[in-house]
Amino acid sequence: MPTFPFSAIVAQDEMRQALLIAAVDPSIGGVLVFGDRGTGKSTAIRALAALLPPMRAVVGCPYNCDPDSPAESCPHCASLPGARRKSEKKPVPVVDLPLGATEDRVVGTLDLERALGAGVKAFEPGLLARANRGFLYIDEVNLLEDHLVDLLLDVAASGVNTVEREGLSLRHPAKFVLVGSGNPEEGELRPQLLDRFGLACEVATPQDIATRIAVVRARDAYERDPEGFCAARAGDETAIRKKILLARERLPHLNVPDSALERAAQLCLALGTDGLRGELTLMRTARALAALDGAEAVTDDHIRRVAPAALRHRLRRNPLDESGSTARVERALADVFS
Amino acid sequence: MSGRGASGAKPAAVALPLSRPSLTRGPSSPAEGGEKADAPQRIWPDALLAAHLLATDPHGFGGAVVRAGPGPVRERWLDGLRATLPPGTPWRRLPPGIGDDSLLGGLDLAATLAAGRPVARAGLLAETDGGLIVVPMAERLPPGIAARLASALDTGTASERRARFGLVLLDEGEGDETVAEALADRVAFRIDLSGVGIAHCDAPAVAAVNTEVGNPEADPLGTLCRLAEALGIASLRGPILAARVARALAADGPIGTDAITAAARLVLAPRATRLPAPEEAPPEEAEAPPPPSEEDGPTDQATDPAPADAAEDRVLEAVRAAIPANLLDQLLAGGVRLSTAKAGRVGQPAAARTGRPIGSRRGDPRRGRLDLLATLRAAAPWQALRRAEGETRPIVVRRDDLRIRILRQRTETTTVFCVDASGSAALERLAEAKGAVELLLAEAYVRRDRVALVAFRGAGAELVLPPTRSLTRAKRGLSGLPGGGGTPLAAGIDAALTVALGVRRGGSRPVIVLLTDGRANVARSGEGGRARAGQEALQAARALRTAGVPALVIDTGARGEGARSVADAMAARYLVLPRADAGLLSAAVRAAL
Repeated sequence: MPTFPFSAIVAQDEMRQALLIAAVDPSIGGVLVFGDRGTGKSTAIRALAALLPPMRAVVGCPYNCDPDSPAESCPHCASLPGARRKSEKKPVPVVDLPLGATEDRVVGTLDLERALGAGVKAFEPGLLARANRGFLYIDEVNLLEDHLVDLLLDVAASGVNTVEREGLSLRHPAKFVLVGSGNPEEGELRPQLLDRFGLACEVATPQDIATRIAVVRARDAYERDPEGFCAARAGDETAIRKKILLARERLPHLNVPDSALERAAQLCLALGTDGLRGELTLMRTARALAALDGAEAVTDDHIRRVAPAALRHRLRRNPLDESGSTARVERALADVFS
Repeated sequence: MSGRGASGAKPAAVALPLSRPSLTRGPSSPAEGGEKADAPQRIWPDALLAAHLLATDPHGFGGAVVRAGPGPVRERWLDGLRATLPPGTPWRRLPPGIGDDSLLGGLDLAATLAAGRPVARAGLLAETDGGLIVVPMAERLPPGIAARLASALDTGTASERRARFGLVLLDEGEGDETVAEALADRVAFRIDLSGVGIAHCDAPAVAAVNTEVGNPEADPLGTLCRLAEALGIASLRGPILAARVARALAADGPIGTDAITAAARLVLAPRATRLPAPEEAPPEEAEAPPPPSEEDGPTDQATDPAPADAAEDRVLEAVRAAIPANLLDQLLAGGVRLSTAKAGRVGQPAAARTGRPIGSRRGDPRRGRLDLLATLRAAAPWQALRRAEGETRPIVVRRDDLRIRILRQRTETTTVFCVDASGSAALERLAEAKGAVELLLAEAYVRRDRVALVAFRGAGAELVLPPTRSLTRAKRGLSGLPGGGGTPLAAGIDAALTVALGVRRGGSRPVIVLLTDGRANVARSGEGGRARAGQEALQAARALRTAGVPALVIDTGARGEGARSVADAMAARYLVLPRADAGLLSAAVRAAL
C-alpha cells in the first residue's frame, strides 16, 4: 500500500513548512513536532520519506556515502579509491527509532553471524548508520530513555558515531536530520535535547469543522482506494519534489543581507535566548524558506515567518510565566518589527 | 495507519443472525438520559457488535479497549470474538514483560544452538499478522512496548515483516489507571463491561444492524465530524475510525443514518469529553475548572450549526444515550478528567530482579537473567580457537562467556502536595503552593520526578493535579483552582494517601507534603463540627503513618497547635512557615525530602 501523500495533508501549515525546510537544508538540525494525538504528526513525517528525491550513494556502503565526497570517517569508502566507487540511486532513508530500543540496535554491534560462522570480527551497523544522510524519526521523543538521549546528543553534535564495544573500535559517519514528535502533556523533553532541534512546531487539532471534515474525507478516500488516491496526487507530489530540488540548488547562492542578520539578533536579544544557536538557526531557516519561495534574498518577511519555529523552544524557562512560549515570540516579533 | 486489512473480508457481509431486529436507537427513544445508557442489557449487544466488526478486519479497526475485571463476562466476550474470527486466524496473548526479540523478532535460541549460527525468528507481532493480540493488564503496559505496538499498528510492519494485527487491550485498571492514550486512540472500540453481569449476557447471542433501512446520508463524513466536535473529541482518529465502522456497516454501499448512528455510538460516544447538548451543561461550569482534556471551544458552538437537519439531531440523540454515565457525573462535579493524558508511566513495581536492562555483565545466569546475545557475542571470537582444540559442538560456550543483564530500577519520587484551600488566607497559600509545584517540576528534569496536588476545601478534597512531570499540564491543572470554605482536613489527608498508594503501586516513591494550619472544622461526612473533624483528621494522619508514607507538614497558621499534633500523628517532619513564598516553599521541600 502506498504511503499517504504529503500533498494531501490538510492544514498543519507550520509543520509542513518546517519539514520542507529541513529537507532543503539538513544542517538546520531537525524538527520537533509537539502536539495533540491524532493531528497527523506521524503521517506527515512518513509521507516526507516518499516525497524526497532519491540520492546517489556508493554501492555497498552501509552508511550511504555520497560517491563524490564520501565521509572521512567512513570505514567502507576510505579503503576504496575514487575510481572504484560505483554509485546507485537510493531512496533517502527515514529510520524509525522506537522507544526502548536497545543500545545495540541504535549504535550497531558485533555481527554475530559472521563472528560465529567465519570467526571474523565484523561490525553490524545499527540504526544510526542507516540514518546517515537521511532522517531519524523518534515518535514520543519525550519518553525516550535517558541513556539513549545521551547517545543521540553526542552523535547529533559530532555527526560521527564512535563504537567501542565487544572488542570493536571504529567510527562511522552519522549525519541525519532528527525528527521528533510527542505530546508535552506526557512529559517534558530534556532541555539539552530540546536545544538540538533546529525547529519546533506546535500542532493542534484543527478547530473549524470544515477543516476537520476535509481531513477525514481525505483519509477516507485514501483508505478506499490508496493507489488511485496517490495517482491523483502524483502531479502535486512531483511539484513539491521539484521545489525542494530547486531550493537546494539556490540555497548556496542566496544572500542574507545585513539588515536580516540584525533583525535576527534583535529578536534573540529581546527573547534572551542562550548562546548563538538561536540566531544561526533563524538565519539558516529564513534562508531555506527564501530558497523554497524562489526569492532573491532573505527578507524580513521570511524571518517573521520562521521565527516562532526557530526560537520558541530556546526561550529561557520561567515556570511562573503563564504565557506560552509562542506568545512570547509573537510579542517579541511585534516589538522588533514595529 | 493503513486502512482495512487485505483479507478481503467484506465487513458488510458480517454474517449476523438477525435475532434482534435493529440495534439502532433512533428517534423512537429520544428521551433516554445518560445514566440509562449504561444499563447492562444495552452494553452487551454493542459489545458483541464491536466484536463482530473487529473480527472482520482486525487491523483496519485497530482493536478494542475492553475495560472489565477478569471474570466470566470478559471471557464470554473474548470467546464470542474468537468464535467469529475466520478459522485459522492467529490469536495470541502478549506475555507481560516480553522482550524485544520475542515481540519484534530476533534470535531463535534453540535453533541457533542447534545450527551453530544465528537463526532469526519472526516476533509475536509478525506471527499474528492478520489476527488479534490479546493484551492482559493493558493499563500497566510499559510505555516502550506501547510505543512499539502503536508504531506497528501505524505501519502494519514489525522489523520489516508484515504484521497487520489488531489489539484487544484488556483494561483491569482501577480508578485513574487507564490504557496508554497512544494505543487507545488508535483502536476503534472502547467497551466497558465492568457493570455487566453474566445474566445480561444471555441476551440473544448476536446483534445486527439492519443496513437496508435508513435513508442514505447526504454527507456521512461531515455528520461524523460534527458529532465528534460536539462531543469534544479532539483527535481526528475518532471520526476517521468511525467513518471506517460506518462503511463496514453499510456494506460499502451508501451510508445510511442507521450505520452512522451505530458507528457514532460504538466509536465516538466512549471518547466523548463533553456532553453535546448545551442545556445539559452544568450550570456552575463558569467557576469550575474546565476538564483539561478538551479544547476551549464553547460547548454550544458545535451543537447549533445552522444546516443541521433533523436526522443529525436524531443521531446525536441516540449517541448521547450511549455516553458513559460517569462522564456526566464528572462534568457535574467539575472534576478533573483523569482518564486522559497521563504522565508517561515509566515505573514498574519495585521488586528484586526487575527493572530495565541497561546492559550486561559477566555473571552467573542463576543469579540474574541470561543475556543470550551478549553471551554469544562474548563466545564468538573464540570459536575458531576452541574448535581447533578438538571440540565438536557447533558453538562452544564456556562459563567465562556467560553474561547476565544489568537491570536498573527506577527510583523516582512523586511529591504529593496536599493543600488546605479553605478560609480567607487560602488564595495566597494556594498561589504559593502552585508556584512551589511549578518550581519543583521545573527542577525535576534531571531526576525525572513527578508532582501531584490535592486541594481540600468546603465539603471535600479534590485531586487537582494527578501525578505528572509535565509543566504544561501542571500549569493548566492549577490555573483557576478555587479557594475558600471550611477545612475538611481528614478528607484531604485521605485523598493524599489514596494518591500516594497509587503512586507506590506504580513503582515510584511517594512523599506527601501537607500545607495546612491544622484547624479542621469539617468532618468526612461534610458536616461541620470542630471536635469530630479534629478527631477524624488525627485518625487519617495515623492511617498515613501505618501505610508508611513519608510526609512533611508545613504549618501555615500563625499560632500552630493543630498542625503540630497532626504532624506527630503521621510521624511527619514539621515546619512552621506562616509566610512562605513559592521559592522558600520549594527550597524547604527539597531540603526536607
